Amino acid sequence: MSAFLAAAIAVTLGAYGLASLLLLVRVLRGPTAQDRVLALDLIYGIGMLTALVIGIRYASHVYFEAALLIALLGFVSSCAMAKFLLRGEVIE
Amino acid sequence: MTAAAVPLWAQILVGCLLLLSAVLTLAAAWGVLRLRDFFERLHPPALALVGSAWCVTLASMLFFSLHDGELQLRAWLIIITLSITVPITTVMLSRAALFRARRKPCGDLLPPPLHPEHTIESAGPGDTRAG
Repeated sequence: MSAFLAAAIAVTLGAYGLASLLLLVRVLRGPTAQDRVLALDLIYGIGMLTALVIGIRYASHVYFEAALLIALLGFVSSCAMAKFLLRGEVIE
Repeated sequence: MTAAAVPLWAQILVGCLLLLSAVLTLAAAWGVLRLRDFFERLHPPALALVGSAWCVTLASMLFFSLHDGELQLRAWLIIITLSITVPITTVMLSRAALFRARRKPCGDLLPPPLHPEHTIESAGPGDTRAG
């Protein structure tokens, strides 16, 4: 692995961490519940991207399944919370 | 299982795609943090969940195709999954936010309705849910 790719991976992971921290501020401060759900959904997406980048870093296929699972679980949980905010219950 | 098999131009291309995704993700997070109300904050996640995800997925496909010596397109599943799930999440969240904002109006937070004749009290003929 060339030095440029290693540095790019390190910078990317650092940027993802910083973005997650910024979103965490929105989660903690968000004036309404839907702001928190939106920020949590984006944190899920960033977690998925982190798994993919770590997969490139270690040249391993294992992290791909983890990324797919994180994406699907993020979708299900965000949908459940949006439904709860809309109706007051998840399954009617 | 080392990354030495990947040629240098591909490593530089993968690195550039990853750096672009880092910039897009930071922009999305900064936008979610800085924009004023929820309906403006709905927009920046598309930067991360579409632009950044496409960059990382293309980088992953390129890297593993050259690393394994055969075409590896499994990362397309990520793109397909995201392109199905992200609009659904956005629409459900925006509907929930509109519903809550109409029940408790607070100033200019509520965007104007697209069709002014369809108000909540009298659903128009186009509203199939009304019966």
